[in-house]
Amino acid sequence: MLLVLLAVLLLLASGCAALLTQRSFRASAGCAVGAAVLAAVLGVIPSLRVLCGAAPQSLHLPWSVPYGAFFVEVDALSAFFLVPIFILSGLAAVYGAEYLGSYRETRSLGPAWFFFNLLVASMVLVVIARNAVLFLVAWEVMALASFFLVTFEDEKESVRDAGWVYLVATHLGTAFLLVLFIVLGSTGGSLDFDQFRVAPSQTGLLFVLALVGFGAKAGFMPLHVWLPEAHPAAPSHVSAVMSGVMIKTGIYGLVRMLTFLATPAAPPPAWWGWMLCAVGLTSGIFGVVFALAQHDLKRLLAYHSVENIGIIALGLGVGVLGLSTGMPTLAALGFAGGLLHVLNHALFKGLLFLGAGAVGHAAGTREIDHLGGLLQRMPWTGLTFLIGAVAISGLPPLNGFVSELLIYLGAFHGLTSAAAATAVPVLCVVAGLALIGGLAAACFTKAFGIVFLGEPRSDHAAQAHEPGLAMRLPMLLLAASCVLIGLLSPLAVGALAPVLANVTGLSPDVVRTHVAQAGGVLSFVTAGGVGLVGLIAALAGVRSWLLSGRRVTTTLTWDCGYAQPTTRMQYSASSFAHPLTELFSVLLQTRRRGVAPAGLFPHAASLATETPDVCSERLYGPVFTTIGRGLGRLRWLQHGRVHFYVLYIALTLLVLLIWKLG
Amino acid sequence: MEAGLTFALPLLLAPLMLGLINRTKALMAGRTGQPLLQTYHDLFKLLRKGAAYSRTTTWVFRAGPTVGLAAVLVASALVPLGGVPAAFAFPGDLILFAYLLGLMRFFTVLAALDTGSSFEGMGASREVTFSALAEPTLLLGFAAIARQTGSLSLSPMYAGLGSDAWRHAGPALALLAGALLIVFLAENARIPIDDPTTHLELTMIHEVMVLDHSGPELAFILYSSALKLWLLGSLLVGIVVPVRSGIVWIDTLAMLAGLFALAVVTGIVESSMARWRLLRVPQLLVGASALSALALALILR
Repeated sequence: MLLVLLAVLLLLASGCAALLTQRSFRASAGCAVGAAVLAAVLGVIPSLRVLCGAAPQSLHLPWSVPYGAFFVEVDALSAFFLVPIFILSGLAAVYGAEYLGSYRETRSLGPAWFFFNLLVASMVLVVIARNAVLFLVAWEVMALASFFLVTFEDEKESVRDAGWVYLVATHLGTAFLLVLFIVLGSTGGSLDFDQFRVAPSQTGLLFVLALVGFGAKAGFMPLHVWLPEAHPAAPSHVSAVMSGVMIKTGIYGLVRMLTFLATPAAPPPAWWGWMLCAVGLTSGIFGVVFALAQHDLKRLLAYHSVENIGIIALGLGVGVLGLSTGMPTLAALGFAGGLLHVLNHALFKGLLFLGAGAVGHAAGTREIDHLGGLLQRMPWTGLTFLIGAVAISGLPPLNGFVSELLIYLGAFHGLTSAAAATAVPVLCVVAGLALIGGLAAACFTKAFGIVFLGEPRSDHAAQAHEPGLAMRLPMLLLAASCVLIGLLSPLAVGALAPVLANVTGLSPDVVRTHVAQAGGVLSFVTAGGVGLVGLIAALAGVRSWLLSGRRVTTTLTWDCGYAQPTTRMQYSASSFAHPLTELFSVLLQTRRRGVAPAGLFPHAASLATETPDVCSERLYGPVFTTIGRGLGRLRWLQHGRVHFYVLYIALTLLVLLIWKLG
Repeated sequence: MEAGLTFALPLLLAPLMLGLINRTKALMAGRTGQPLLQTYHDLFKLLRKGAAYSRTTTWVFRAGPTVGLAAVLVASALVPLGGVPAAFAFPGDLILFAYLLGLMRFFTVLAALDTGSSFEGMGASREVTFSALAEPTLLLGFAAIARQTGSLSLSPMYAGLGSDAWRHAGPALALLAGALLIVFLAENARIPIDDPTTHLELTMIHEVMVLDHSGPELAFILYSSALKLWLLGSLLVGIVVPVRSGIVWIDTLAMLAGLFALAVVTGIVESSMARWRLLRVPQLLVGASALSALALALILR
């Protein structure tokens, strides 16, 4: 506990120090990065201790704010979220030290470091806070710190727009959370989490409030509109932290609320599970379909965050269905899969964003169609990006497969042993996960294949170079952890036991039995993974033995006899994804502009496509325009005459007085 | 013993399936055709050769066939031969099986993109499209069998698909067999989805992706496609042939007969149909998912 608080203090102090020393690039980066790494070490130790079974620790200090208290606790659920927060932000800070170096001539980097460390500290506080006022303050600091990081390059108009969208979206979510906490606290008369008393008639309303409020941060479709704007705008190490762990605080909040709203004595109604499954399917499928249509590498990754949040929601949905039907196996497997996917997604999405940053840094563009052939120029970045791509596609033997397998297992278990009414939603989960898996593999063969393989499609890409050690090392460590969790999955699931007991409210013995069963299944997966790696090595050996001493020639790619191929004739990202985007064209509404080739000897032809987000175009755009127009009618109140403003104030005070006294 | 049998049989006999298909097609066309063991000859010939690589390619191109073969070898340890259990069985092995095939496809597609050739990019693009649509059919089919037999592992699932299951859920299993036949044809690049014999790169899917591979690596690819054909075939035949006598050699012989019959049927389909227009293939695959879902609805009822 004290170590975690010490880590928070260290982050805050070093952020201020970075701000004070901003004249020197080295001093300010050194302060911030050193503290972030030290804080990661300090914070991970107690978190792992709690996950290994140590008793949760708490600290309750009075605070002069009404209803507020400095009440913090590290229990298993908090510890489980603290681990990726600390690890990923530590690694991202190291990466940032080199990444931000290219801006040192043009701008002062002190604020960037200050807000980065503030963001990390506030995320830690969000996860350990046990008082609603403290929670909301940390939540708001987190939103503002990330807003200032998103608008790092604020001279660009697109970045400012992205910042605004994010700021509005996050505050709309917070509005729902305010109502949620007021309702929760009003029954028990205190805003401390352990004093929350929920009236049975209110649980449904509270669940919906939590789903919308936390869903806006997590990026559930259709509340996701800020993600594809904000993630590409932010510097890459910030995108990694935002996508890897910050949006997971939304999942944390939702799961934490579930522990208040659903207890073994009062199990959640089945429609909560249905709703989570529906949200998960929409986010998962729409997320990956929109990702397929993107040309910007970071925007593509941002849509994949929506997809993976969808997969997490599917896991939680299966778990809630298990709780509501009294099937502990279903509950344990669903929550285990969903929560493990939180950790896994933090690792591989962090890795992929760092990789995308390295690509953008080296080639000067993130347009997939302008890249190509980078694996030869950036072998380490390419290798780690490939590992991340395999992991996020949920393929064995890496970590993404493990969490998806657990969700599948839960769904299949529900299918074989539950009544038909429960079997229908889990059936949709199976079909949805299969479709998402296939589409994600399509999207990441596109992302890796077009960016890293083939020939460079532009001069920028041809001159790309590997980044330095500070950028490579975090990517290597994250890639290694993806492989390790994939191969040591029984251990990872074992560490989930206290978290699951905490979340599901089942007795620790029941949870331990189910975790042991899942561990048994996963040990087969481990055996399969080790077998697979061994076979790959053996076959590679056979191949080189067969080829040794034989004629191995290098030549051109088979070009059907065409003598003058250019690199621009290669299949591009758009053409690769075209069959799939065409299938989903009703949903995507891709805009095309260009000149089609005409005549027997066609001259220059061109095609530009753009796929804006259908939700912001069709849903939020009209709504906000209408609101703006409606409020515009009230503009006569704002005329710039100060004496009228004073009159408004006086009138308001008068009305308040009459209301109070009358 | 049994486990060793289900693992060894595909390794030995899978290339024979390709020979049977080609022989059937030749007979249907009135030709004598190649020997039944031609695929084995091809494999040995390729293994003895050197290799030619494109200058554009990287280690990903060389890793593609190796990872693909390793993945399908692990997958073949999970698939039972009808009632005869697989070498490994655990709850959830069906998902590992489906995703190992996914891993194989992932690396085949990357190897194709590594050449920088438009033709191979085109094949890769079609491959990921069609397989993404075929994936739900396969898993929904597994879900239907899991619900019918109450098991989550391929070996006990298929052991439970005897004549009793056909009596209770005959229509559902028939629909399922239809859906899996489409998956079998699509995943193995057969007519009406893909044409394994054409040399016109513009119309091919799987063959065009492996255009630049040569020597031992091409042998790896040929062998892994034969294994994949066998594995998906035995998942289909395991439903259609309900022989579960409990005596290993009877069950094995029945399954072998079924598999060879499947090869002949595939040959007949290829001789009597043309490849469908690519735009219509998604409709076929979505139709197959609908068949699976319908089968599942019948079983859930």
